[in-house]
Amino acid sequence: MLALMGRKVGMTQWFDGEGRAVAATVIHVEPSVVVQIRRPEVEGYAAVQLGYEKVPERKVTKPLLSHFRKAGVEPRRHLYEVRVEDPDEFQVGQEIDVGIFSPGEKVDVTGTSKGRGFQGTIKRWDFSYRPKSHGHKWIKRPGTSGPMGLNKVMKGKKMPGHMGADRVTVRRLEVLHVDPENGILVVKGSVPGPKKGLLLIRKSHGQG
Amino acid sequence: MGYDDLIRMVESKFTVDKEIPEFRPGDIIRVHERIREGSRERTVVFEGVVLKRSGSGARSTVTVRKIAAGVGVERTFYIYSPNVEKIEVVKRSRKVRQARPFYLRRYSNIHHIR
Repeated sequence: MLALMGRKVGMTQWFDGEGRAVAATVIHVEPSVVVQIRRPEVEGYAAVQLGYEKVPERKVTKPLLSHFRKAGVEPRRHLYEVRVEDPDEFQVGQEIDVGIFSPGEKVDVTGTSKGRGFQGTIKRWDFSYRPKSHGHKWIKRPGTSGPMGLNKVMKGKKMPGHMGADRVTVRRLEVLHVDPENGILVVKGSVPGPKKGLLLIRKSHGQG
Repeated sequence: MGYDDLIRMVESKFTVDKEIPEFRPGDIIRVHERIREGSRERTVVFEGVVLKRSGSGARSTVTVRKIAAGVGVERTFYIYSPNVEKIEVVKRSRKVRQARPFYLRRYSNIHHIR
């Protein structure tokens, strides 16, 4: 089992083994339930489909409702799939909690970053300001969009535009604390998105 | 349970088992700090006036000022850090009314506020 969904609770501070204070993010990971098992014989690959966060029946569409009924589980708000090596280890209806993570382990956390709206080049691409005084007229404008003689703008030119609300993954965060009873995961460092933002937490693989 | 309660619960891991006496800015306290030197561990005591308390929960800190060898020294401790063994209150102040009594820096002797 390699991944679970959770919600960002907020940030706090953690004392590590040496007594140093470390920035930490608290993530609320309610147990996910196995809704379907995908097998190599049928779907061509091995995975489990998981449901996160209980939701009243009226909140899901009828086709989805039948899908949940077939599995015999209460409807969930989010469905996601996690690849597994051996699908026979899991049963439909089985609940999986944060216990799959252990302190000291590294995880990758994926979420949607905070939306910043339409931003200029200074905030969006870290362009420099121009001097505010000594006869300067334009302080935050993007400057030139390309060299002279090149009668076009290069593709991918950094311009003002919409910033944030992207899918962002932060890799190799250390797990500081796991509390399966209350569904709490504490991770070192920060995590994308606002409080209550949906996150996918995966075990990091390899050493890096 | 709200999300703030969840954070408080997580922080209680550090705060529940630790008894901190009541003290406020202006009081004179003694902070016992554990210091590890290689494999050896010893306790260092820092005694001085409380200049400010800040933060809440496991993040609360206290800033203590003392005069060491004629030089004013201020240190900020995490109250709930595992390295802070204990905090003793030496003397409570009845004179200080401010939450941040920085004017105490003008006194060369901390016991002056008696």
